[in-house]
Amino acid sequence: MAWTVLGVVLDAISYGMVLFIISIGLSIMMGLMRVVNLAHGAFAMIGGYLASYALKSLGVSYPLAIILAVIGAILISIPFEFLLYRRIYRKSDELTQILLTIGITFVIIGVANYALGPTSKSIPLPAALSGPFDLGFRMIPAHRLFVIACGLCTALLLWLLIDRTEFGVRMRAAVDNGDMAEALGIRTQLIFTAAFALAIGLAAFGGVVGAELLPIEPFYALRYMVTFLVVVSVGGAGSIAGALSASMLLGLADTTGKYLAPEYGEFFFYLAVILAVFLFPNGLLGRKH
Amino acid sequence: MSDRLAMEDRRSSRLPFPAELGALVAMALAGLLGYLVFPDDLAFLTRLIGIVFLVLSLDLVTGYCGIATLGQSAIFGVAAYAVGNACLAGLVDPVALLGVGMVAGAVMGLASGVLVAKFQGLPQLVLSIAVGQLVAAMANKLSSVTGGSDGLAGISPGPVLGIFNFDLYGRTGYVFSLVVLVIVFVILLRFVRSPFGLLCRAIKDDSLRARMIGARVYPRLILMYGISGAVAGIGGALTAINTGVVGLDSVSFERSAETLVMLVIGGAGTLWGALIGSVVFQIFEHYVSAANPFHWMTILGLMLIVVVLFAPRGLVPLAVSVVDRIAPRLGGKS
Repeated sequence: MAWTVLGVVLDAISYGMVLFIISIGLSIMMGLMRVVNLAHGAFAMIGGYLASYALKSLGVSYPLAIILAVIGAILISIPFEFLLYRRIYRKSDELTQILLTIGITFVIIGVANYALGPTSKSIPLPAALSGPFDLGFRMIPAHRLFVIACGLCTALLLWLLIDRTEFGVRMRAAVDNGDMAEALGIRTQLIFTAAFALAIGLAAFGGVVGAELLPIEPFYALRYMVTFLVVVSVGGAGSIAGALSASMLLGLADTTGKYLAPEYGEFFFYLAVILAVFLFPNGLLGRKH
Repeated sequence: MSDRLAMEDRRSSRLPFPAELGALVAMALAGLLGYLVFPDDLAFLTRLIGIVFLVLSLDLVTGYCGIATLGQSAIFGVAAYAVGNACLAGLVDPVALLGVGMVAGAVMGLASGVLVAKFQGLPQLVLSIAVGQLVAAMANKLSSVTGGSDGLAGISPGPVLGIFNFDLYGRTGYVFSLVVLVIVFVILLRFVRSPFGLLCRAIKDDSLRARMIGARVYPRLILMYGISGAVAGIGGALTAINTGVVGLDSVSFERSAETLVMLVIGGAGTLWGALIGSVVFQIFEHYVSAANPFHWMTILGLMLIVVVLFAPRGLVPLAVSVVDRIAPRLGGKS
């Protein structure tokens, strides 16, 4: 019994970490640019496709594939940022943002399906990660630990970036008061573009390392579109700790719900969401805008 | 906007209800045209009318109250399931079934309104999604009531008004749906210009100012949600009655998203935009997605981007303003 509980908790934490890695990018975008980007999952999917291609067709190693996927996804996202997203930073209403980003998602799904086919693409793991890992008293899948480690590293590095660097200071200034930051000589447009690239890079990274749990296929972008948005909303836009705790909470609600009562599907996940949003409309650790 | 409303009211004082009469005639003619042009596709046209109700209901909350929601299909689906169960339980009169759908939709609408209208912005959007997904998960689970993933089948309503049987070609279903649509649309045209409708518009434009002039915003929005739910419920009821099946797709997130897309492409905030947008969208979809479903997604995505960037108020208001600008010039020449 205790082992089962440990297994479920481990699954919940690793699922939560995947949610965190992908959602934190969206959270930064929504905190800084106030863009409800429903196409965020589409860029995670692009990352997954690129990694799968790099591993299977180019035969590169797993770490290199991750790097290629992140860079590739950012490159693909540049025209979207330049032509479309830039118009909706901070000013448009939610409805405009939702529709524009749903449109972008549909285009990406349509193109992915046309170019790569409707089947799911696997991302083969290196031998070190595909086997079990011996904890001394119990064997657990190594990939789960890898995902958890990736999530913790992401959180730590982001915290360092935002809390300790010059860029982070400028970024927080732009979040707190964009006009004042601009008046003080901070080029907010540049910060927005950098934050957008960072968000897309994180999405792609999460898409690759989470592919075991969220398989890469054309409808990935639509299937998890809502999930990432929900994590950000529950955690509070722009907050790393908020996104981390929301990911853990929702990962736990979803995994235990599916374990104890699989026939209820996502019922418990969304019940938790309704309760959390109703009690904390600005997110668990978010601030009122 | 207010000038335009005042003008509309002045126009309507000349004849009794000219806008409504015009709508009645135009829709009856369009319906007749549909009957003559697509005699073999009446089942499709009937399904289309069911979705038109859903888009109209979304217009009431999104276009007139400014509530961004991605959970409207939950209301539609709950009403459809209620009607299906009522019919299987022995209530076969189609008009009574419409009443069941309306009530179920209104109740579900009020319930979503209580949750969704309380907040604005992101929490509002996420709550609407969560309510929709919760209903979808429940519809999947409660298979004794909903038939689960197999769907609720075997809904066979009796003759309309005790005279017209539902035939194999869907003629009765089409005419019945069309008549209900025309009646509801004309009532809604009147309704959105009622003091209550105008108050909702005021809340959308500036909820703080509306509060200052004494409007109780939250209860008004819940009430509007209830009315919108009744409209969506009629759509769900018609769909259940005409197709005889209610599936999980009627409560899905995709259905909600598609509804929002139809509304915005047509033009949120005008009933004609919702009506024309949803009809044109579905006819277009019917042909393109039959040819290639994935190209359809790409085209739809591109269309959405173009509309949001270049015609943010929707295609119908755009067409109206173009006609308004061109018409006087043509008139001057002749």
